[in-house]
Amino acid sequence: MVLTRAAPAQPRRATPGGIVAAKVVVHLACLSPLAWLAWRVWLVLGGANVDALGAEPVVAIEHELGIGALRLLLITLAITPLRQLTGWSALLRFRRMLGLYAFVYASLHFGVWLALDLVGDLSQVATEIARRPFITVGFLAWLLLVPLAITSTTGWMKRLGRNWGRLHRTIYVIAALAVLHFWWIVKSDWREPALYAGILALLLGWRAWKALRRRTMTQQGQQRVDTRAG
Amino acid sequence: MSLRDALRIRAADITEEAVYRDRRRLLALMAAAPALGLAGCAEAEPPPASTTRVTPAQASSGFRTAEPLTRFEDITTYNNFYEFGTGKGDPSSAAKTLRTSPWTVEVGGECARPGRVSLEDLLRGITSEERIYRLRCVEGWSMVVPWDGVPLASVLRKFEPNANAKYVAFTTLADREQMPGLRFRSIRWPYREGLRIDEAMHPLAFLATGLYGKPLPQQNGAPLRLVVPWKYGFKSIKSITSIQFVERMPSTAWNDLQPSEYGFFSNVNPAVDHPRWSQKTERRIAGTGNRLLANRIETRPFNGYADQVASLYSGMDLRKWY
Repeated sequence: MVLTRAAPAQPRRATPGGIVAAKVVVHLACLSPLAWLAWRVWLVLGGANVDALGAEPVVAIEHELGIGALRLLLITLAITPLRQLTGWSALLRFRRMLGLYAFVYASLHFGVWLALDLVGDLSQVATEIARRPFITVGFLAWLLLVPLAITSTTGWMKRLGRNWGRLHRTIYVIAALAVLHFWWIVKSDWREPALYAGILALLLGWRAWKALRRRTMTQQGQQRVDTRAG
Repeated sequence: MSLRDALRIRAADITEEAVYRDRRRLLALMAAAPALGLAGCAEAEPPPASTTRVTPAQASSGFRTAEPLTRFEDITTYNNFYEFGTGKGDPSSAAKTLRTSPWTVEVGGECARPGRVSLEDLLRGITSEERIYRLRCVEGWSMVVPWDGVPLASVLRKFEPNANAKYVAFTTLADREQMPGLRFRSIRWPYREGLRIDEAMHPLAFLATGLYGKPLPQQNGAPLRLVVPWKYGFKSIKSITSIQFVERMPSTAWNDLQPSEYGFFSNVNPAVDHPRWSQKTERRIAGTGNRLLANRIETRPFNGYADQVASLYSGMDLRKWY
């Protein structure tokens, strides 16, 4: 067999049925909180049950969407450690969609704040973002998500090459900002934001530890080569 | 000058001896300066009680409002009562364990007739009345509540406060057995609140024992809670077990936790933002309609009770004494 330099264009591998089924499940899992929320919004708006979202429906919607975005960010960040622990590389196929769902939740969270909380008062938007540190960091987190969502396509992945990975490492910063955003809004009960901060610390700590170990192993390997050479 | 010469210079040649010897005092002074600055703010003598009096007609104009009432269901399920959990719905489900009878209140300090009295004795001889007050929470929402109870002044006068009684300090029950929220120190328990004596004696200051003609539900601060309608809701301390007449401004729970965010006075003031959110507007929880598309409403100075209470603060810088 002759090895040709330019490999013939490979036919796109069909996605295994198991993966397709799993993706459907993940889509449903990501969409169901939105559907449940939309249903209650419908009940409130239609007057069928004005209490479906509690005494302060706008705050309830913002909170649910915000928590959804934060959870999805952390789940997205959990994919790599889980793959490394289980060796199950198929997990990677879910990372992009989870990240995009995080962006959807964050955008809806931001949109509801603009449309229902500030009721579109644009002069107030800038002031609030600039003056309230918790809003500043929240807005920054969403803003940093935008380029990641845009460059999430395969086309952009190829175009950016090595830089794609560098760019998408911004998610570490985004997740930290999102936790801070949550921490700074609570009045005195920091337990829930602390839980998310703890999970984030584990996920980032795992990466730091891996990177450190990789570096020392490369150095040791280098030394071994050096001694053998010497 | 060569480097060698420079090395030979003695400290005394550069710095005058007296100044040199004084360095410790200077350093101490410099170290203390920021602290002095802070102390200057925190402990500057708070403005004394006003001497102006509101006329009965002036005061009673604030006793009722014709605004749409908040439904009983909303008043009793959307609560901040951290002794029963920090979620808004926690108190309504967890406060059932609070035993409101028998209930005693310890009254003492700068007064002629201190003592531990039962709730019945505390209220004896005072006619219960209804007040329809706006309640503005520091978080930016508000309600309109029909309270039943008695004027705070009528209760306080029974104990004959003396001239040293410049403030009144209130304390909430703190019983781990009855209050699951105490297991977490979200507040430095027990919850404490306070009023300046003229505020406490103002006709609008009220002690509620019921709402909507029913006994006060536990989650709303049964059996006895303060209602100070021109101040943010957290000033209206719940389930009171102690009332003390004191000479110095008492420590209060939220001020103790975040002094930059919650002042002692905490009068509703749209001009002074909470550091983390604006106080210019509020979301009114009232009526039976859906509140999803309801606009925020403007927050008024002293929660709309300026006519009745603004004179208490004449000459006071409300930005400083927030």
